[in-house]
Amino acid sequence: MANYYTDHPEIEFHLNHPLMKRIVDLKERNYADKDNFDDAPVNYEDAIENYKRLLDITGDVAANIIEPNSESVDQEGPHLENGRMIYASKTFENLDATRKAGLWGISMPRRYNGLNIPNVVFSMASEIISAADAGFQNVWSLQSCIDTLYEFGSEEQRQKYIPRIAAGETMSMDLTEPDAGSDLQRVMLKATQDEDGTWRLNGVKRFITNGDSDIHLVLARSEEGTHDGRGLSMFIYDKQDGGVTVRHIENKLGIHGSPTCELVFKNAKAELCGDRKLGLIKYVMALMNGARLGIAAQSVGVEQEAYNEGLAYAKERAQFGKKIITFPAVYDMLSRMKAKLDAGRSLLYMTARYVDIYKALEDIARERKLTPEERKEMKQYSRLADAFTPLSKGMNSEYANQNAYDAISIHGGSGFIMEYKSQRLFRDARIFSIYEGTTQLQVVAAVRYITNGTYLNIMKEMLEEEVCDCMKPLKERIAKLVATYEEAIEKVKADANQDEHDFLARRLYDMTADIIMSLLIIADASKAPELFKKSANVYVRMAEEEVIGHAAYVKAFNADDLSSFVAEEAAETEVAE
Amino acid sequence: MKLRIVVLAKQVPDTRNVGKDAMTAEGTVNRAALPAIFNPEDLNALEQALRIKDQNPGSTVGILTMGPPRAGEIIRQGLYRGADEGWLLTDRKSAGADTLATSYFLAKGIEKIGNVDIVLGGRQAIDGDTAQVGPQVAQKLGLNQVTYAEEVLKVEDGKATIRRHIDGGVETVVAPLPVLITVNGSAAPARPCNVKRVMKYKYATCPMERKGDEPWSDLYETRPYLTLGQWSIADCGADYDQCGLAGSPTKVKAVQNIVFQAKESKTLTGSDADVESLVKELLDEKIIG
Repeated sequence: MANYYTDHPEIEFHLNHPLMKRIVDLKERNYADKDNFDDAPVNYEDAIENYKRLLDITGDVAANIIEPNSESVDQEGPHLENGRMIYASKTFENLDATRKAGLWGISMPRRYNGLNIPNVVFSMASEIISAADAGFQNVWSLQSCIDTLYEFGSEEQRQKYIPRIAAGETMSMDLTEPDAGSDLQRVMLKATQDEDGTWRLNGVKRFITNGDSDIHLVLARSEEGTHDGRGLSMFIYDKQDGGVTVRHIENKLGIHGSPTCELVFKNAKAELCGDRKLGLIKYVMALMNGARLGIAAQSVGVEQEAYNEGLAYAKERAQFGKKIITFPAVYDMLSRMKAKLDAGRSLLYMTARYVDIYKALEDIARERKLTPEERKEMKQYSRLADAFTPLSKGMNSEYANQNAYDAISIHGGSGFIMEYKSQRLFRDARIFSIYEGTTQLQVVAAVRYITNGTYLNIMKEMLEEEVCDCMKPLKERIAKLVATYEEAIEKVKADANQDEHDFLARRLYDMTADIIMSLLIIADASKAPELFKKSANVYVRMAEEEVIGHAAYVKAFNADDLSSFVAEEAAETEVAE
Repeated sequence: MKLRIVVLAKQVPDTRNVGKDAMTAEGTVNRAALPAIFNPEDLNALEQALRIKDQNPGSTVGILTMGPPRAGEIIRQGLYRGADEGWLLTDRKSAGADTLATSYFLAKGIEKIGNVDIVLGGRQAIDGDTAQVGPQVAQKLGLNQVTYAEEVLKVEDGKATIRRHIDGGVETVVAPLPVLITVNGSAAPARPCNVKRVMKYKYATCPMERKGDEPWSDLYETRPYLTLGQWSIADCGADYDQCGLAGSPTKVKAVQNIVFQAKESKTLTGSDADVESLVKELLDEKIIG
């Protein structure tokens, strides 16, 4: 039987990374749970075995239930009935299967009925479900909102809500409003208190993924008279309390299985989560970082599925008396798709590991004081996670689009026909580089690590690592790219013009990601050449092509050149406050 | 109502994915080349059992399987999906059993479990395709039997209401407990394995499956649920002469490939005349006898 996990041994490879030992040791606190929970691991090997079992079940459910339902879900989509969102009929089957399989609340501690799964493994399950149906992946992976409730909610709130998520209740994060998209400081949804202290929410939220969920995290303005992010707090809305209706469900290009709702809050009872005024500046930032990694995983799943579709068609289809996979123009595309997939996946799981280490230490800090070494470790990995998350989300979301585009190209005219899956992947992928922060905003999040040398130092450290003999020539080529990259950054910094800096940021970002992924893929190929040697050869060449091209662009660019780019009309536009 | 439910399940070679080396030169099944799986219709039976349990809190579902030690995997697969317990009937003298000897040993196992309200099994196994074992177990234990079931609609007041598949449609029947039900492949598919249960039971084994050097051996001391039921012929108080090869009147003479030629089928009723004419035809054609 097909299995989205065991069919792709590249995923399991990432469970063998040396950092896994540290992650599991921190997450399991000397395996203390084993005396209280039958499902808790007794040692490191046992924990890894548990993860593999979880992924095996996820791969089975994905391949044999979710994927077969995906076409019907795409065609039917959700609908509105008396102010409620009703999922596509097969989405209910998917939900039922994932609940019976126990794939809910899995990141949570066991004392709340969770499985204490690290982010790496959650991301793998996410990737696997997305490969089967990217739209359903949203409905499922939004359970990770519970991480934020766990981190910032009270013990009472944890006990009330977490076991419900572990039993399969769904979640949403209600942030966006008609006038507050990328700029969330403008959120207007009003939170007021009754005389007895009960919070009430009033207003409208728009573009809310899985918006009719059971438990919502809502960003709302609790401080009357404020206009910026400091007046916003985070609230928990429980659907059982009522007060929120669905006014509209968007008709979208893709991810039809994932309902996008416009919500009307009318005196909806809510609970404050965490402290007032920290809603945007602290909690939503945490929520978004988790969600961004979720989109990176969603993207990798589609990168894989698009590659599989392209490969299967190229092996099958004959033209000019030959299978098209034998034509250089076709295997050029396929090899690039696979290289982006392997490199993008490596970046995703490296990011997830960084997140795991600092989050686990943060969690330990809730129980006891960290040692100075632990505090240093937490800071180091937190910084790495912050630096890697925008690369991982931005690049993978672009790669998913590119792979879906190439899958259609390989199909030729058939790729444009709705009966083939490639068109759905292409439609589904389009949102990945938009929601949870567009690629352009990922660049904004990454740029300070470009100019302050964080990435450059990481590259230099990675260049110190040993690789196998077969990867040494590639490593030398990457070392040259690092030097080229450093020159480009110095040039932009020396020009000291903010507009030029912002304009060239995307190119510097692409160069950064290309080089880091080159270093990751040669490291992977050193350990498992049978899986990654080809991709390493392909990817580093692609990186050279891009980095050298971007470097030439940056070198020849001056602030004066901006006048050729800025639209005449730009001077006339102004937004009223 | 608290019910004791037993599911009969068989480990079979996966004959649905037959490769080139599936048969030996001698014309027997090359078991080593085929992965061993949970017989598909037994999974449908397990799902019905788990649904009855869901509707009747306090009920238990046990897996009863017969086979070599490695068939313990069938019990684990059942536990992963929601079963509560399981027993492996295993004995060197039970090898080579035909349907008669198999149903005898299974019936003895069910007697040993005791107080069973509902026995469920798949309609047939994909390796033998006989559909005989379920009915024979019912006969031996004197249980009511309902075959070709598609759904157990409810179990109430000591009666099970069952929708069964018949030629050209479905019928709903009510049977008093205890009852044996065989389930069709058209019934609801089995639920997936549950992650938490897999983590709990992944090292559960029958004593004969163990080599003794497993890294987790000491867990068997502290976690009794990791030791699965395992009964021999003697444990069940069964008669050796009725088990295994000794208890099997079926002898395979030859195996050949058959391509069905007939395009038409005959419909016979249960009347004595029709049964007699069928038996006569089968004898004349030397299909039986």
